[in-house]
Amino acid sequence: MKVKLWGTRGSLATPGPGTIRYGGNTSCVSVEGENGTLLVLDAGTGIRALGRSLPPDLKRVNILLTHLHMDHIEGLPFFAPLRRQGVEVQICGPASTTRSLRKRLLRYLSPPLFPVSLRELVSDVQFNELPSGTFEIDEFSVSAQLVIHYNPTVGFRIQGPQATMTYLPDHEPALGGLSFRSNKEWVSGYALGRDVDLLIHDAQYTRQEYQTRYGYGHSTIDHAFQFAELTGAAHLVPFHHDPDHDDDFLDQMISQKVAEMEPDFQVTPGKEGAVFDLGKGIS
Amino acid sequence: MAQHEIEVILARHLAEQLVMPIFIVSPSGDLLFYNESAEPILGCRYDETGVMPASELANIFQTVDQDGNPMNPDDLPIMIALTQRHPAHKRFWIRGLDGALRQIDVTAFPLNAQAHRFLGAVAIFWEVHE
Repeated sequence: MKVKLWGTRGSLATPGPGTIRYGGNTSCVSVEGENGTLLVLDAGTGIRALGRSLPPDLKRVNILLTHLHMDHIEGLPFFAPLRRQGVEVQICGPASTTRSLRKRLLRYLSPPLFPVSLRELVSDVQFNELPSGTFEIDEFSVSAQLVIHYNPTVGFRIQGPQATMTYLPDHEPALGGLSFRSNKEWVSGYALGRDVDLLIHDAQYTRQEYQTRYGYGHSTIDHAFQFAELTGAAHLVPFHHDPDHDDDFLDQMISQKVAEMEPDFQVTPGKEGAVFDLGKGIS
Repeated sequence: MAQHEIEVILARHLAEQLVMPIFIVSPSGDLLFYNESAEPILGCRYDETGVMPASELANIFQTVDQDGNPMNPDDLPIMIALTQRHPAHKRFWIRGLDGALRQIDVTAFPLNAQAHRFLGAVAIFWEVHE
């Protein structure tokens, strides 16, 4: 299983000299199986570069959306395979209590917010609404579960033949209490994150920032570490960086937390372009 | 270890912040959680008991109607919320672990979640002082 980060920024794309190392693109991660199965986690602005990197003879791609906030769907119409005839694109996302996934995406992918409508894309686009549960995509077993964030939002646990990874880019498990509980069954996302090889988790704020952003649906770097410890993750990737946090700030924030907590698990800052070849290391 | 559904976790968080007694039960009637305000009614702390099976819960409360007759458990708001899956409200009397008879209002509502998932019910108790 090869995991690559194409966009690690939260909330708003943040290009510029201060974000060169961590990247300015919003959430997008690719997961490639040993048999060539491709899963795309979220369609933030990072998905554009991913689309350009894919071979022209690509037949099928699965896009798994955690939720429909703009920073997670903004890059969708710029994903090159969507404009190729003969490509099957499966888009999975959380169900809502009212409109279908397709109709909700159309609110963005139609004029006046966007000049091209979903209907005009020539690829074969299919929509699948996700309740909680587990489903198979070729060699992967994918579990989706609602987690604490604004509006219906799911996290994903992806199990391959050799390794398991969990993706929780927007998640506030600490909502309702500043410390995690000893009863793991009461922690949002626990079932998704339990004993995974790689955990990509929201770490948008510092502890100080969280004082005024409590309930915004995001975690602090402390929460991300606590969650990784609670779930027994082997490797944590802090992700969904705040637009106001530049490279130097993130270096300091993450290294300081590692020094302070001395975690039992490995920590790799979520940087655009990072590749995790699970079972083989980082490149 | 199984994890509670997110709607149940959020219900617990809300209950913990409110001062009226609140109970959260599973679809099978097990008491999953009760807040601090509900502890005097049950006579024990949640941290000590954890999840309480429905059978045990039934032994703790004695419920009587306005005329002093024992109530049919099926007529309790929480049972209506669980079995009929719609909100219910009723005023009746309970005798808790301390032996005192209290008149209470109870409002219960089902946790009907997305994708046709039924997650249990929530009951709010309110002691009536008349």
